[in-house]
Amino acid sequence: MACISPDGKPTESGSKMLRALQAGLGSPEEIAKETGMPLFRVRSGLRELAEAGLAKQRDDRYGLSEKGAELIK
Amino acid sequence: MEEVKEQTGHMPRIGEPAPAFEAVTTHGMLKLEDFKGSWLILFSHPADFTPVCTTEFIAFSEIHPELQKRGVELLGLSVDSVSSHIAWVRNVEEKTGVKIPFPIIADLSKEVSLDYGMIHPGQSKTETVRCVFIIDPNQIIRTILYYPLTTGRNMDEILRIIDALQTTDKNAVATPANWRPGDMVVVPPPNTQEMAEERLKQGYECTDWYLCKKKL
Repeated sequence: MACISPDGKPTESGSKMLRALQAGLGSPEEIAKETGMPLFRVRSGLRELAEAGLAKQRDDRYGLSEKGAELIK
Repeated sequence: MEEVKEQTGHMPRIGEPAPAFEAVTTHGMLKLEDFKGSWLILFSHPADFTPVCTTEFIAFSEIHPELQKRGVELLGLSVDSVSSHIAWVRNVEEKTGVKIPFPIIADLSKEVSLDYGMIHPGQSKTETVRCVFIIDPNQIIRTILYYPLTTGRNMDEILRIIDALQTTDKNAVATPANWRPGDMVVVPPPNTQEMAEERLKQGYECTDWYLCKKKL
């Protein structure tokens, strides 16, 4: 897991993406621009966050889930 | 024959879609489709903690900024575990000060290696040879290079191929032998007699109707 540590806490890159999602729905391209991370890392990271229930996906855009919002409080 | 095929897997070809994969890497699970829209250099090395591979990883890291300027991502691969990759890149950084900035696939199952024809049993039945696949933003294989276990790759040539492919795509031209950015490019040869006659009047530098060059 690149975005979530074995202890369930987000890694540095996971936190960066969650904070970017906090601002609202975004496409992987927008989140890559916002975080300065490579697009391939953002695409795989968002997939991982969504699978963990921390992000939600609508078409090709992502947003923060309630669980994700709770985690970065 | 079947046994050989089992050992070598599929041999991809230039112009074909790159075989899809989902793989464990040093940057988490990555799919080929994660790289859509970027150029990608997928390259294999025989094994972690080996001398020639270490020099190549340092060299790939050195050209990484130049590749980034050209919209190219790097992705390494070997039949080693992710723990071995992590230990090796940490060791390279500790001993040489070079940080490896790109992900490396841990292909313990050889799934990706076999799909990309990276195992050549005449060289080794367990390790990948030094392959380079240049994949374009539409995920089509545009170049394949194979080097033997004993020969480290030439980074200048890899950068030169990227420049040549991107120049070809942008300008619908070809590039002659030993071409470098800024050199004259080759105008595609005419397809008809009429076009051949017209070609000679178009102001290109022509050796003959089939070999004409121009400045970009």
